[in-house]
Amino acid sequence: MNWMAWTQPTAIFFAVIALMLIAMTVWELRSPSAPRRGFLPIATTRGDRLFIGLLGSAYWHLMVIGLTDWSIWIATALSAVWLFAVMRWG
Amino acid sequence: MKVQNNHAWWLVLPVFALVAFSAILPMMTVVNYSVQDIFDPTTRFFVGTDWYEKVLTDPRLHDSLLRQFIFSACVLAIEIPLGIAVALSMPTKGRWASLCLIVLAIPLLIPWNVVGTIWQIFGRGDIGLLGWALNALGFSYNYAADTLDAWVTVLVMDVWHWTSLVALLCYSGLRAIPDVYYQAARIDRASSWAVFRHIQLPKLKSVLLIAVMLRFMDSFMIYTEPFVLTGGGPGNATTFLSQTLTKMAVGQFDLGPAAAFSLIYFLIILLVSWLFYTAMTHGDQNR
Repeated sequence: MNWMAWTQPTAIFFAVIALMLIAMTVWELRSPSAPRRGFLPIATTRGDRLFIGLLGSAYWHLMVIGLTDWSIWIATALSAVWLFAVMRWG
Repeated sequence: MKVQNNHAWWLVLPVFALVAFSAILPMMTVVNYSVQDIFDPTTRFFVGTDWYEKVLTDPRLHDSLLRQFIFSACVLAIEIPLGIAVALSMPTKGRWASLCLIVLAIPLLIPWNVVGTIWQIFGRGDIGLLGWALNALGFSYNYAADTLDAWVTVLVMDVWHWTSLVALLCYSGLRAIPDVYYQAARIDRASSWAVFRHIQLPKLKSVLLIAVMLRFMDSFMIYTEPFVLTGGGPGNATTFLSQTLTKMAVGQFDLGPAAAFSLIYFLIILLVSWLFYTAMTHGDQNR
């Protein structure tokens, strides 16, 4: 796997994404979700909200890196809040 | 609540394995590269988000991104209505329909670099028919020196190459509309515009979704045709995102910044494609 040039932070990043996907699959199998409307302007399933949450998180990170001098951990904290809000009320 | 049986998803497993091998693993490698300064697989240093900072504040990327959005917007604004118009004006059956389909398919069969070469020669003022004719008519046309001429030539080339795709998709969508809709429209004495607005356009929605997505993604990733035609010039006037990326990755061998650039590029395409898809698939549900 040396050709993939792994680092510890990127390995943790992908492990977290993989765990999220596995957990969502198990959750969906045990309790299938139906589309619902929250604060997002469209009806979404749980999987849709995870996608929107993760895509939004990527953009939070890009915004913090590109527009501010803040620590990357602030972007991560903002992303965690965003992901939770979308999953819970989106 | 209606519970769906999800076991059919197992059938997707072979495709998922193929995509993992051809797309997900390379994408993970790009993520790994984007946080390191890499000289070779054994000589690399972790740099955190440095490359992202560098790329996000790089004016070259901002300029290329702006040009890319303008180009894709122009491509969609021209090719989608033109493709629909061509499909609507095509014969519905008989030998002329077959002939039209063959003629429309020809530009799609030509490789990108050949299209670039055709238009490079076609647009030349000395030996190209288009360039010579425009100059003979009194227009000062030179795509190698004038920014507007270069842009118009790249756009017309793309329209020539890809409007057929939109037209063929729309044509197949139009042929799939049952005749009873047209019979009902005739009974109601609906005008041609009303038939188009209330029967044909709604029925074309799914093929238009595919057409818009394909043309957006393709135009946003355009590389070969403008590279062959203008080489990104005059100056950087037609240097789009993929050409800037290629210069960075292959020309300068800056693998870390190029990897960060690639991921930002990917995120933009993902977001815009998702917005198109959501707007077009959820439009009816929200009405």
